[in-house]
Amino acid sequence: MDILNALTVIGNFVLIPGLAYGSQLALGALGVTLVYSVLRFSNFAHGEMMSFGAMLSVLVTFWLQSAGIGLGFLPTALIALPVSILGTILLCLLIDRLVYRYYRQTRAPNVTYLIVSIGVMFTIGGLVRFIIGPSDRIFTDGSRFIIKARSFKEMTGLNEGLAIKMTQGVTLATAIVIVIAVFWFLNKTRTGKSMRAYSDNEDLALLSGINPERVVMITWVIAAALAAIAGTLYGLDKSFKPFTFLQLLLPIFAAAIVGGVGSPVGAIAGGFVIAFSELFITFAYKKVLTYLLPESLAPESLMQLLSTEYKIALSFVILVIVLLIRPTGLFSGKTL
Amino acid sequence: MMEQYRTPLMFAMMAALLAIVGIFQSWNVALTIVNLCLISSIMTLGVNIQWGYAGLVNFGMMGFTALGGLAAVLIAMPPVPEAWAAGGSGVMAGLVIIIATAIVSLLIWKQLKGRGAKRYWLTALSIVIGVVIMRLVADPSIAAIESVESARTGYLGGFGLPVTLSWIAGGFVAAGAAFVIGRISLGLRSDYLAIATLGISEIVIYVLKNEDWLARGVKNINGLPRPVPYEIELQASQWVVQLADMLGASVVDVSTITVKLSYAGLFTIVLLIFLWLSEVALRSPWGRMMRAIRDNEVAANAMGKHVTARHLQVFILGSAMVGVAGAMLTTLDGQFTPASYQPLRFTFLIWVMVIVGGSGNNFGSVLGGFIVWFFWIESEPLGLWFISTITAGLADGSALKTQLVENAAHMRLMTMGIILLVMLRFAPQGLLPEQKR
Repeated sequence: MDILNALTVIGNFVLIPGLAYGSQLALGALGVTLVYSVLRFSNFAHGEMMSFGAMLSVLVTFWLQSAGIGLGFLPTALIALPVSILGTILLCLLIDRLVYRYYRQTRAPNVTYLIVSIGVMFTIGGLVRFIIGPSDRIFTDGSRFIIKARSFKEMTGLNEGLAIKMTQGVTLATAIVIVIAVFWFLNKTRTGKSMRAYSDNEDLALLSGINPERVVMITWVIAAALAAIAGTLYGLDKSFKPFTFLQLLLPIFAAAIVGGVGSPVGAIAGGFVIAFSELFITFAYKKVLTYLLPESLAPESLMQLLSTEYKIALSFVILVIVLLIRPTGLFSGKTL
Repeated sequence: MMEQYRTPLMFAMMAALLAIVGIFQSWNVALTIVNLCLISSIMTLGVNIQWGYAGLVNFGMMGFTALGGLAAVLIAMPPVPEAWAAGGSGVMAGLVIIIATAIVSLLIWKQLKGRGAKRYWLTALSIVIGVVIMRLVADPSIAAIESVESARTGYLGGFGLPVTLSWIAGGFVAAGAAFVIGRISLGLRSDYLAIATLGISEIVIYVLKNEDWLARGVKNINGLPRPVPYEIELQASQWVVQLADMLGASVVDVSTITVKLSYAGLFTIVLLIFLWLSEVALRSPWGRMMRAIRDNEVAANAMGKHVTARHLQVFILGSAMVGVAGAMLTTLDGQFTPASYQPLRFTFLIWVMVIVGGSGNNFGSVLGGFIVWFFWIESEPLGLWFISTITAGLADGSALKTQLVENAAHMRLMTMGIILLVMLRFAPQGLLPEQKR
């Protein structure tokens, strides 16, 4: 019984939040990785792309709510999601046409792209703040929990509760569907295969008649869709604030790099590695140990490896360590 | 023909812009902008040395700025003897343990080269053991320090030395950090280096925010000593009153402007020193070598230049400049607020300044610092004016108008982004391009 209680505590405070946060990071990292493998630069604007997508979801959700349209127990944002995906795709294609295409044609070095993407980051960030303002917006509705802590206790008779928030369930379900769809697209469809071929060897792909502009366009479409979904899910789970997305950029980069930039499987694994190491290292083990150890050994302190304030900093530490020890990432070699 | 007048012309235009603000808004606002322009220019010089001379992408400016600010606190604030008595020795012991841990882990890491997984596990183990010992030793002392009058102090305090000394100290603190960071990360490719330095600078900020014993963390430090007299003192002194009489201005205005002018004078001296040093370095054989490394690393290496060592050197020099600017910024603000360090403002904006001004050209960087900061500040009133002009036709209560006017202040991010993109597209050399020599 004690072991079950201890497991429930870990499940409630680490596993479930970790799965949700990990999925958000994984979706973001997948977008970063796709852009990296096809366009060959680290897209610093990806965080703001997520922010833009989330903003569209917020606006459409508010409009739907005022029109009285909803999904019952599911968040209304799910209806808004297609609109936000479409909007983000349009924005990205527009930006590619106006900004990035020129550098592709002039075959600009990698660093130029990097700095250009910072310009894009500023512009989209400004646009988002201009449209919706910098303040905090909560757009979650529907029922709050799938399982409430109290009903879980009643169901199982344990001392500890396990709560699953609706947003966490929605996040995980959406992430699974999207990831399967992306992998199916990359591995099974002709277009996906041409994308992989292009990322593998540009010249060879050109010789075999693959249209580079089309590949780039499709990459932006997928990256934008992923960004919009990841941004919306993050906004649903926490709340929408334009300013947080720049902070989210580094964990996303960390996830992409930990997994190995250019590897979609790695990006997803990296997302969960980052999320779980953040939570496991800043988790206070006191309660768990109290259940597991005999009473005489019960700990007095919180038994925390690092205080919670360092949670986000931890992903940067992991990022730096991976860059130093194994810059190719955990899944190196298995590119797109 | 035009080229040789370009630099003075651009600076004259900048001066004119500032004068316009002085006349139409107020000289006080203009001088506030000038002071921050001067500090930004020193930061851009630092970035320019790294990026313009050597082609290094350092996105860690925010961290070095904050370390400079920390130096200002540690040098200028009076020490807190009670805190030292309560836990000074414990904290110092903790620091020693951390340094020892770092050395031991490094030794293990180097000794076990080529031993596979064992190397990783042993190094990780030594770090974990070191951190656990450090926390056992230092945690009680840290708690003791933070409980000493936590509303007012709760930290160790500084050395109580004149604050201008901290500008030099800020340079050294940043240089020390840059040495460590550079040794760690300079082997990385450009975009990985960018991400790594950005990550490290965030870690620096997190440490400053959370280690209250060091500089009070998010509780901030206010009331740093100033290198120039206080307005109140000036208002009491005879000559200020007479000057105000003579100019027909209020005593308060004259005193605030005098203070700002004195800051501007001090900052200008520092800027000129750095500008001179940078120019000398650029023209020297050292500068030529740097450009050679930047333009073709392989060739420079083949010519017997030690590329990694030169990169480290230039990384340290540039970061030290940013550290000095950071200390000056904290001195000007009179307070140290770790939460105010945002990458957007302290890393990316500085990069915009360098790109817009002209990378590789020191005068260009200074100009970039001035122009971009000017528009960063002035795009708020300008944006507001612009929005209210174009929405003049709309009814006063309309939702669109309120929305636009409310958010006009956020125009500046977008303005900066568009300026950067347009510059990169149409004038990638910047306003003052690098001179070919």
